[in-house]
Amino acid sequence: MKNVIAVLSFLLLTSLTNYGALAEERLITEGGQTTATLRNGPIDEEASPPKMSKVENNDIKRKRAYPMQPPTIPHKIDGYQVDLKVNTCMSCHSRKRTAESQAPMVSVTHYMDREGNFLADVSPRRYFCEQCHVTQAATKPLIGNDFIDIDQLINNDSPKSH
Amino acid sequence: MLKIIKRYWLTISSPSKYYSLGFLSLGGFVMGIIFWGGFNTGMELTNTETFCTSCHENIYEELQSTIHFTNRSGVRAICSSCHVPHEWTDKIARKMQASKEVWAWVTGTINTPEKFEARRRTLAENEWHRLKANDSLECRNCHEFEYMDFTWQSERAAQQHSTALMSGEKTCIDCHKGIAHKLPDMTGVEGF
Repeated sequence: MKNVIAVLSFLLLTSLTNYGALAEERLITEGGQTTATLRNGPIDEEASPPKMSKVENNDIKRKRAYPMQPPTIPHKIDGYQVDLKVNTCMSCHSRKRTAESQAPMVSVTHYMDREGNFLADVSPRRYFCEQCHVTQAATKPLIGNDFIDIDQLINNDSPKSH
Repeated sequence: MLKIIKRYWLTISSPSKYYSLGFLSLGGFVMGIIFWGGFNTGMELTNTETFCTSCHENIYEELQSTIHFTNRSGVRAICSSCHVPHEWTDKIARKMQASKEVWAWVTGTINTPEKFEARRRTLAENEWHRLKANDSLECRNCHEFEYMDFTWQSERAAQQHSTALMSGEKTCIDCHKGIAHKLPDMTGVEGF
């Protein structure tokens, strides 16, 4: 079970990073010690932040890297309010709003409590969309990523004569 | 009482005994300028951000992170850009309405963040109704439909603007509630 969780979390992490050229890992020598770092400077100094990237805003669904992956958000969400008072994501993606908005309805699992009972509205444990769903931006990943799609993995393993 | 009124009427209705016509007409003209200028300046003073934020301070903080305060081109809206009509007659009407808000200030209806929060839905609804009734006039003062280039909009925005907005079925505020402020509890509001 532990292994499964480890694999799943690895998959989740790898799938959420965008592909592209890798940012260079830097070597920093301090006090006679050389360390590899992803920061843009020594640990005791405030590094200058990377340039902010534009968020993907094409409303086109991306393929999910694995079946359970929370779908990514293909549009800007600047200023979207999600708090105790209102969830502005749901003003398009909730069951009752999808006819007018033509946005995909949040999956039925979001309307279930942890025992699997169906609720009238989105379950409180699924309320904060951005815990799982994220926007996408074309950025340089900080570390390498050798994620392989499961279908590709199966194809690679199967005998050629098959 | 009637006597006093009669006496004043007699004075006003009879010709001037001591002052020349030139003095009276020119004096009236100059006084008119001073009065009108003073009146307008006073009214414009109640349109400034400093005036608004003397009560609605926390709302001002909320505004600062929105596109109507900080953006790439540096054009911004102040409170009165959206909350006070720009046409003079409408402005006077709104200012007269605002006399009720002076009473709210006297009684301290929203003088703490908690009190303000408790009334947020009511206050927001007032503005939604006003903008719904005037077809989002204060939005359209800058964002005029006629000059919208859909090719510069995202596909989704272009789709909505070219259908629901163009047909007049919807007005700006129907979809863009909370564009410059935090939303109140939206339970039961259409579209949420």
